Amino acid sequence: MSDKDILLDIKGLKIEGKAGDDWLPIVNGIDLTLRKGEVLGLIGESGAGKSTIGLGAMGFARDGCRISGGQILFDGIDLRKASADKLRRLRGKRIAYVAQSAAASFNPAHKLMDQYCEAPVRHGVMSRAEAEHDAVELYRKMQLPNPEEIGFRYPHQVSGGQLQRAMTAMAMSCRPDLIIFDEPTTALDVTTQIEVLAAIRDIVEQFGTAAIYITHDLAVVAQMADRIKILLRGDEIEEADTRTMLAQPKHDYTKSLWAVRSFQRETQAAPEGQPVVSVRGVSAAYGPVRVLDDVSFDIYARRTVAVVGESGSGKSTAARVITGLLPPIEGEVLFEGKSLPADYRQRTRDQLRHAQMIYQMADTALNPKLTIRKLIGRPAQMYLGLRGKALTERIRELLHLIEMEPDDFIDRLPSELSGGQKQRIGIARALAAEPRFIICDEVTSALDQIVAEGILRLLDRLQGELDLAYMFITHDLATVRAIADDVVVMQQGRVVEQGTKAEMFAPPHHPYTELLLSSVPEMDPDWLTHLLEKRSKQGMPAPGAI
Amino acid sequence: MGFLVFLFWACVTLAAAIALAWGFRKLAAAVTKGEMHRALRDAPLTASFGMMVIAIYLIVAILAPVIAPYPERMIVSTQFQPWTAEHWLGTDALGRDMFSRMVYGTRNTVGIAFATTALAFLIGSVLGLLAATVGGWLDQGLSRLVDVFMAIPSLIFALLLLTIFGTSILTLILVIAVIDSTRVFRLSRAVTEGVVVMDYVEAARLRGEGLVYLITREILPNVTAPLVAEFGLRFCFVFLAISALSFLGLGIQPPTADWGSMVRENATLITFGDITPLLPAGAIALLTVAVNFVVDWQLYRASGLKE
Repeated sequence: MSDKDILLDIKGLKIEGKAGDDWLPIVNGIDLTLRKGEVLGLIGESGAGKSTIGLGAMGFARDGCRISGGQILFDGIDLRKASADKLRRLRGKRIAYVAQSAAASFNPAHKLMDQYCEAPVRHGVMSRAEAEHDAVELYRKMQLPNPEEIGFRYPHQVSGGQLQRAMTAMAMSCRPDLIIFDEPTTALDVTTQIEVLAAIRDIVEQFGTAAIYITHDLAVVAQMADRIKILLRGDEIEEADTRTMLAQPKHDYTKSLWAVRSFQRETQAAPEGQPVVSVRGVSAAYGPVRVLDDVSFDIYARRTVAVVGESGSGKSTAARVITGLLPPIEGEVLFEGKSLPADYRQRTRDQLRHAQMIYQMADTALNPKLTIRKLIGRPAQMYLGLRGKALTERIRELLHLIEMEPDDFIDRLPSELSGGQKQRIGIARALAAEPRFIICDEVTSALDQIVAEGILRLLDRLQGELDLAYMFITHDLATVRAIADDVVVMQQGRVVEQGTKAEMFAPPHHPYTELLLSSVPEMDPDWLTHLLEKRSKQGMPAPGAI
Repeated sequence: MGFLVFLFWACVTLAAAIALAWGFRKLAAAVTKGEMHRALRDAPLTASFGMMVIAIYLIVAILAPVIAPYPERMIVSTQFQPWTAEHWLGTDALGRDMFSRMVYGTRNTVGIAFATTALAFLIGSVLGLLAATVGGWLDQGLSRLVDVFMAIPSLIFALLLLTIFGTSILTLILVIAVIDSTRVFRLSRAVTEGVVVMDYVEAARLRGEGLVYLITREILPNVTAPLVAEFGLRFCFVFLAISALSFLGLGIQPPTADWGSMVRENATLITFGDITPLLPAGAIALLTVAVNFVVDWQLYRASGLKE
């Protein structure tokens, strides 16, 4: 390929972020070249500088960050030296950006169409009428339902997956040469993710747009990218084309990334005795809306029940019924054979102690103003009556249990911890009560794969050591495969299928289970293509129709 | 020409204020350590000016008997003396020393305003926290009661209550505190509602924690910042309300020195082109501005923009 094809050429890019009075490096000298029509995948854990590089490619640095070195050549224009006016004319017209959360990035006060038309009209590419016509075309290409009408809705009237596609359409509005996708599917369910991935890939191919695709999900990037670049703490680890990278990763760090999905816990012995927790014919409703319909399952000691389903399927509601936050309208919850009062306020302290919960977002689950000593110490103090020295001893023991050094962490605040460490504290808080049963509500979905795997291994080890029963709520089937013994599949408040993991992952499946299973991205770069072919042959709903 | 002279003095005053604020910041940063030191060193000049003014008022209030050349209530000369070396700011309608009364007024007006604001916060934030945390009927009952209170214009309401209960300093404090606590209630309830829905509060509830623990350990530390900022603003409003009531004759009663009533008692002088009666008003304005400067700075810090 000749140099003429090179669209984006970044050399020695350095970006620094302000921490107190000092500037700390975020990106230390990255080189990046992108040819026309090529898709480059950027992979790394959180904090690797992926998003910062993505924005840097537009010559932009977030508040509190600055581009401190290197050059960014976009089609021969030096973006670091370009005037603000020149940059403004490039951005949105020739370089576009698709953010992680479309729901948070759309202005809720304007209709989709108004937001679509803003860029092309402002840049003088099209008139308003042309832009509207064009929007409908692109909405149709993105397989959005009712392309003629969807533009006249407000963002909150459209589902998350549709919004993400509308945003991609919006990024295409000026037919840019380069689009930066910043984790566009991370916040979506697997079944919705497929639709968005297919739509993005289609449109990028059709218009020959170059793209930088930022994600931490390897299986996703395998479907999208021609080349992959691996980042770690602002440094490049390695770069190769997708197939080579998948087949022969060179660097140890890359290999560790690849190995993440290999964790699988040992098969457990068949359940004995009575279940720790039994959910018996539970139905629940929020006001007039019925969200759970005759749900029953059992959870045994030393076993993990994974409750799987899309958002809105009633997984978390089931957890709320078990903890007593939402009294059911029918059915009951048994703890070791005895019925639990429906409302948590009527439960005894011991009943509360034995059912603990670990939350999805450790950020909101830990009081930001309390130190770790207090966060973990409180349940131990309350339930077990530990005081003074004995309490400190117990806190240190718990910190050892979650593999954190007590001396370093005991007096820190949650804001001084990383995401994975916060989640470990959440686990320690649950363990401090010495429970029999723990509900894990999407505990790994906000974490990177490597960190998430550490958490899963920890939970697995603790289960063996402490005879715990887990209820594991998740929408990620890779997690289910790694940790579950029994699986409950939920859809629209009902249990559509349940059984042991072996039964669940072997055919025949319930159609919904089949859809879920087949939607989990695999590391094979041809997976998406094959899947879409297969689905269109079988007459399964095409992306967008769901 | 007159305008140019005014402009000149305005510039001189501004320059002096900036210089003083800068000097005060240097001084404050030099005598403090750690987190406090960093905060003071990075404080904007407006904030350090505000802190300086507040510090001066505090010193004057505490050391009033030492600073004032004459006692608060003693008639020391004839009425309406001009500014002299003996009576720096002249004398008032009864022949009392104006400067001494200004100094004692700091103690009375600021002290009462502070006590009132503190009481208003105690009532308002405790009820607000309770309403948002307990919810249900308690929340409905308290909120609607507060709505009723807030529907009546506060000054008229205060006048009404003071006429009914009499005009002692204690009733004054209680009446204004109750009226102002409705505003504090609104804020603390709103802020608390945002915290109550957090997972950590749910976790504490599921743990079986009592109401007192929930409020003092889990919720209060997370709502302190906006409440503190509101305290500063509220303090200004209370201050103005007391001065307004005193001006109307229902606030702090003579012979106690108070800035609001001092303006009223000596208002006649304004007709003769004497600015002395405006000095107490100026003192009120200066403190209000100073407190707001500091509050703005605290709000900026609390909003998390810094981190």
